[in-house]
Amino acid sequence: MSSTTNTPTHHTSTIGAIGAPSRRNTELALLVFAVAIPVFAYANVGLAIDDKVPAGLLSYGLGLGLLAAVGHLAVRKFAPYADPMLLPLATLLNGLGLVVIWRLDQSKLLQSLPNYFQAAPRQLLYTALGIGLFVVVLIFLKDHRVLQRYTYISMFGALVLLVLPLVPGLGANIYGAKIWINIPGLGSLQPGEFAKIALAVFFAGYLMVKRDALALASRRFMGLYLPRGRDLGPILVVWLMSILILVFETDLGTSLLFFGMFVIMLYVATERTSWIVFGLLMSAAGAVGVASFEPHVQQRVQAWLDPMKEYTLSQQGVVGHSEQSMQALWAFGSGGTLGTGLGQGHSDLIRFAANSDFILATFGEELGLAGIMAILLIYGLIVERGVRTALAARDPFGKLLAVGLSGAFALQVFVVAGGVMGLIPLTGMTMPFMAYGGSSVLANWALIGILIRISDTARRPAPAPAGNPDAEMTQVVRPS
Amino acid sequence: MNKPLRRIAIFCGLLVLTLLLRDNWLQYVKADSLKDDPKNRRVTIARYSTPRGDIIVDGDPITGSTKTSKSGLNDLEYKRTYKDGAMWAPVTGYASQAFGANQLESIEDGILTGTDDRLFFRNTLDMITGKQKQGGNVVTTLNAAAQKAAYDGLKKQGGKGAVAAIDPSTGKILALASYPSYDPSTFAGNSTDTDAKAWQKLQKKVNPDDPMLNRALREVYPPGSTFKVVTAAAALENGLYTSADENTDSPLPYIMKGTTTELKNEGNIPCKNATLRVALKVSCNTVFGKIGSDLGNDKMLAEAKKFGFDEEQFTPTRTAASVFSDDMNSSQTALSSIGQYNTAATPLQMAMVASAVANDGKLMKPYMVDKLQSSNLDTIAQTDPQEMSQPLSSKNAQILQSMMETVVKEGTGTNAQIPGVTVGGKTGTAQHGVANSKNPYAWFISYAKMPDGSSPVAVATVIEDDNANRDDISGGGLAAPIAKSVMEAVIKSKK
Repeated sequence: MSSTTNTPTHHTSTIGAIGAPSRRNTELALLVFAVAIPVFAYANVGLAIDDKVPAGLLSYGLGLGLLAAVGHLAVRKFAPYADPMLLPLATLLNGLGLVVIWRLDQSKLLQSLPNYFQAAPRQLLYTALGIGLFVVVLIFLKDHRVLQRYTYISMFGALVLLVLPLVPGLGANIYGAKIWINIPGLGSLQPGEFAKIALAVFFAGYLMVKRDALALASRRFMGLYLPRGRDLGPILVVWLMSILILVFETDLGTSLLFFGMFVIMLYVATERTSWIVFGLLMSAAGAVGVASFEPHVQQRVQAWLDPMKEYTLSQQGVVGHSEQSMQALWAFGSGGTLGTGLGQGHSDLIRFAANSDFILATFGEELGLAGIMAILLIYGLIVERGVRTALAARDPFGKLLAVGLSGAFALQVFVVAGGVMGLIPLTGMTMPFMAYGGSSVLANWALIGILIRISDTARRPAPAPAGNPDAEMTQVVRPS
Repeated sequence: MNKPLRRIAIFCGLLVLTLLLRDNWLQYVKADSLKDDPKNRRVTIARYSTPRGDIIVDGDPITGSTKTSKSGLNDLEYKRTYKDGAMWAPVTGYASQAFGANQLESIEDGILTGTDDRLFFRNTLDMITGKQKQGGNVVTTLNAAAQKAAYDGLKKQGGKGAVAAIDPSTGKILALASYPSYDPSTFAGNSTDTDAKAWQKLQKKVNPDDPMLNRALREVYPPGSTFKVVTAAAALENGLYTSADENTDSPLPYIMKGTTTELKNEGNIPCKNATLRVALKVSCNTVFGKIGSDLGNDKMLAEAKKFGFDEEQFTPTRTAASVFSDDMNSSQTALSSIGQYNTAATPLQMAMVASAVANDGKLMKPYMVDKLQSSNLDTIAQTDPQEMSQPLSSKNAQILQSMMETVVKEGTGTNAQIPGVTVGGKTGTAQHGVANSKNPYAWFISYAKMPDGSSPVAVATVIEDDNANRDDISGGGLAAPIAKSVMEAVIKSKK
């Protein structure tokens, strides 16, 4: 199964790019680590809590290993030239997340809470479904450019997904943010996670068509290229949509994520810095405007500015205040440089959402500064591999889609981790792959699937030109 | 499109970098202050995760730890217990799972919990050898027999009161009792049924007796006539009078300077131009009022400050600051010099006054923690006796001693006599309330001197009794017997 066997070209020429190795064995080697590290971490938690290796170690290890193997084989078969880092990095984060969710399941404090349930088995199921979705994407999405055909359907789908939580009887208001829907028998779902991908497809398709108009037809004013009024339309629509999300679903994170993604893609499509300036001004105006009358957003900002006051209010039993922010900060601080060791912290004091929105705090306390830096770098690596894929992609749609998905991923990590660490106000989103939650795991595996498809297309050797061996050196046209 | 893509790559890198910087700020720069924040539950969890170190008196622990049922919301493994908790509460303070810790339990928390940096080496060793982390001990200077005598005396007496006893030559605190007191073990746990209710019952707003007030250190009372010892010291030190037996310039009746008000004595006592010895023996207000007025505010204040007035003491438990005011006019100074007007003192302060006189004029800094030990009884810190000030010369101290000894031999303090031991003392009956409407406080300060000239103990006792008959209250009647039993207990334990 060496890389050369799959190469559909017979060139032995000097054009290196064409004979690029598939890197599948690299991926396999990395995957071994990505499975082994969580398995060791799992054993570590068991030893720390019960002084014995957890009974489920073998099945857990085999389960994660099997899922990784399925993912790897699917990539080997359906996307042989894909980026070798994305799958192992996502697997590692997912595995570590599972370990920490299991660790929090063992907390006596969390077990005594009224709506406690064993989250780890469900998360393992979600992971299996997520990898399944990943494989389905690889099998059925033979070429990412197919998505271009669904530009406006994606827009429609994204809007429906975003509106769903507001439908009476379907939407659920969980601790102030209306970003959930309840599906009887299936549990709750965060449609925003899927809308993220649908919107990226729509933006990519739309901007690819309109980019010239947006980029070239502009007036120069005070050193900036101002877009024409009619070209301002789409950005205003997306801006309005973000504001509406913020107002009706009271979710700052989702709102910021969508608008930020759009501005990034707009900038890449038009190469106009003025759009960034516009984007920043509009998001600042929108956020300040909404914060001035929306009490939920105001309260989040207050809690961010003075978490200790928020904590005190919650301890006094004032309704609508939460001790979580301060508890998360204490968890990080108590972890210090090296952490307490897995299973030995007290991050369960965060109570509600300790294993979802706040899961990073548990990593912070138990793995310390060192562990969090490693995790943040892994996230950074996924993002940069995604942007690398965008750079390598040959078609503008692929470039835009890849940078949109990577940018959204980066923004989500920033918004969630920044919120939990008290850098920005807290929002209701989850750490991709690590946090408990089916929607998040499924959507992010699909996202990685699409990135892998684009990178496979990008790195796949160009089809061989009709062979006149004598003319070989002059007739090969290198792809741009 | 590649140029903006590269910039987006940099932008995403900056996002991650910002998170990394924030994390370093949180987990490195701010880590310790977050970790040690008393509101951080982990501090409490750590405090009770291992058996807490003990507070030790005369070689025996007066505290203990007991395992609690750790389940569900109760994340604390051990809870504090106290032996004779009510008697020792002014020394130990409390350590409660639900209500935090105070006084010695809080000040030496690092040692008792085992997290103090000075235990670092020990802890590292324990970690390597796999031993459970253990708290160290706090060895106090207290004397169990003296403490018992003090507390039992107050309890028998029944009213509110306090006793403080010091070893004059070192400043070691030997007894520190307050009554009514509380047993800290009643709320050491975190049960909402028993512990929270016990805690509620002790709060001042529910319980007007305020049993959780450490009267020996934290309550200031007008010292009344016991303050005349300070005034006498000021007279001798400033050369106003040079001997106990020369006649003072003291008219009777005495009209306070700048007023038309007469300063009166209690009853018809021989105070006209009385010697210092006689004036102290019969407790002449006129003589000492005039001395204060003659010396003036500044000199009186300077002397009072040398005895420790107007500042908090750290034993290491903080005391309230005793008060001798500045910017007083002549008549106010006169009243202050007989322990009235604004003058107020903690029982420990008045014990310090007696101890300075007994220790030939040298005031030793009072302390109650003799040493800190690691769990294997290695000493990690030892308190050395420290001279705080010299309020009066050795010669003047001896003059004052002979005056105070006369008080006990044939004056108002005869109740404190101990056979075979020289006792010096001073009674006090301090008036308080608007127009002296409330019952006065009964004071007695004293020291014992052994035949070899050493002085093992100085003690101050105060009784505030709202119910007693006003006439019955006098330092000699109520307070002196308690002081006597405390001194006897110390002398006996020395033999």
